[in-house]
Amino acid sequence: MRLTGNNLSAVRGGRTLFSGLGFSVDGGAALVLTGPNGVGKTTVLRIVAGLMPPAAGRIALEGGAAETPVGEQCHYIGHLAAIKTSLSIEENARFWSGFLGGAPGRLDAALDTFGLEALRDIPAGYLSAGQKRRLGLARLVLAERPLWLLDEPATSLDSAAQGILTGVVNEHLAAGGMVVAATHTALGFANARELRLGAGPGPA
Amino acid sequence: MTAFMKPFWQLVWRDLLLAWKEGGTLGVALGFYVVVVTMLPLSLGPDLNLLSRIAPGVLWVALLLAALLSLGRLFETDYEDGSLEVMATGPLPLAAVAAAKSLAHWLSTGLPLTGLAPLLGLLLNLPLEAHGLLLATMLAGTPAVSFLGAVGAALTMRARRSGLLLALLMLPLFVPTLSFGIAAVGAAQMGLDTALPSFLILVAISLASVVLAPLAAAAALRAQLE
Repeated sequence: MRLTGNNLSAVRGGRTLFSGLGFSVDGGAALVLTGPNGVGKTTVLRIVAGLMPPAAGRIALEGGAAETPVGEQCHYIGHLAAIKTSLSIEENARFWSGFLGGAPGRLDAALDTFGLEALRDIPAGYLSAGQKRRLGLARLVLAERPLWLLDEPATSLDSAAQGILTGVVNEHLAAGGMVVAATHTALGFANARELRLGAGPGPA
Repeated sequence: MTAFMKPFWQLVWRDLLLAWKEGGTLGVALGFYVVVVTMLPLSLGPDLNLLSRIAPGVLWVALLLAALLSLGRLFETDYEDGSLEVMATGPLPLAAVAAAKSLAHWLSTGLPLTGLAPLLGLLLNLPLEAHGLLLATMLAGTPAVSFLGAVGAALTMRARRSGLLLALLMLPLFVPTLSFGIAAVGAAQMGLDTALPSFLILVAISLASVVLAPLAAAAALRAQLE
């Protein structure tokens, strides 16, 4: 499997964020996007997820389900956790599991992995920022998707949870999955390559 | 097709659960409906003939406004907490997401409001024999309100304080539903034989909205997500 981005450019609010951006990620590999704030890391992830079209260029996933858009073969973990505060942790997880087509048996595994098992009946509104983040990340385990798009996944996570995240990601990579992550902190992903945005000449 | 059914019903179920647990939205809609309709006879005076003549119109207009109150937040909450972005990467097309949310809105708001209408009809001296038809027109017409309203809700999703904008956008779209709903009840009250044709047109409007409005709402959502 191979994700490629060819000659991508993006325009936000009349300003060209990047142009001529190209990258490729093979199965089992991670691509870590780095660069200063506002350079377009999130935009790259949103373009790959199909949430916004690129101003030019294209995204392709070779070896995936040909009929399915790339966006439906990825997990998009954005800045927001996609949690309903009035539903319990279990209800939140159960909804995403059913909606994203995850196997019902993975629900317990997902909550267990991110240390939410003991909190499963608590309304998500009572969770701390880090616990909400964990619940958001639990989607990664709930349903199987070959491509993971992680936007600052370690925000508000403590070091133990960061370790869990790195473990889950490395397991996914070892199984032949792909990861594209935007991050400022080194997360220790295996087989990772860095793509520094905004390093080229011209206005950032 | 069957692959879509599970996520579709999951989303309907989640929205119903949220409506039940958060409660406020339905409470506001029902409360608003009761307040508007009970204030009217008090302000118009005890002219029973006048009241029974305007009853269908009052009940329909107040129902529309009550439904509009809750429509504004239909997609906004899912946008604000990031759920909509995740749904956009899900197996369900955005049009089906919009349809599921519209259906949940109808079940959680349209149906309770419809159920309340006959009670309020008594306050307005609506003749007892007109109640059945009133209920039928509302059952047939409220899906159009929820599904068409979803288009407006999707268009105004990112606008702050979008209630007025939503009302202005939806007004022209709600006019056919409103006029045929009222016409059917009015015709029956006056013993005219146009009640059935009006009712059938109302059903047609509803069916067309259920099919077409989610497509428009999906286009609006996609544009708003960018």
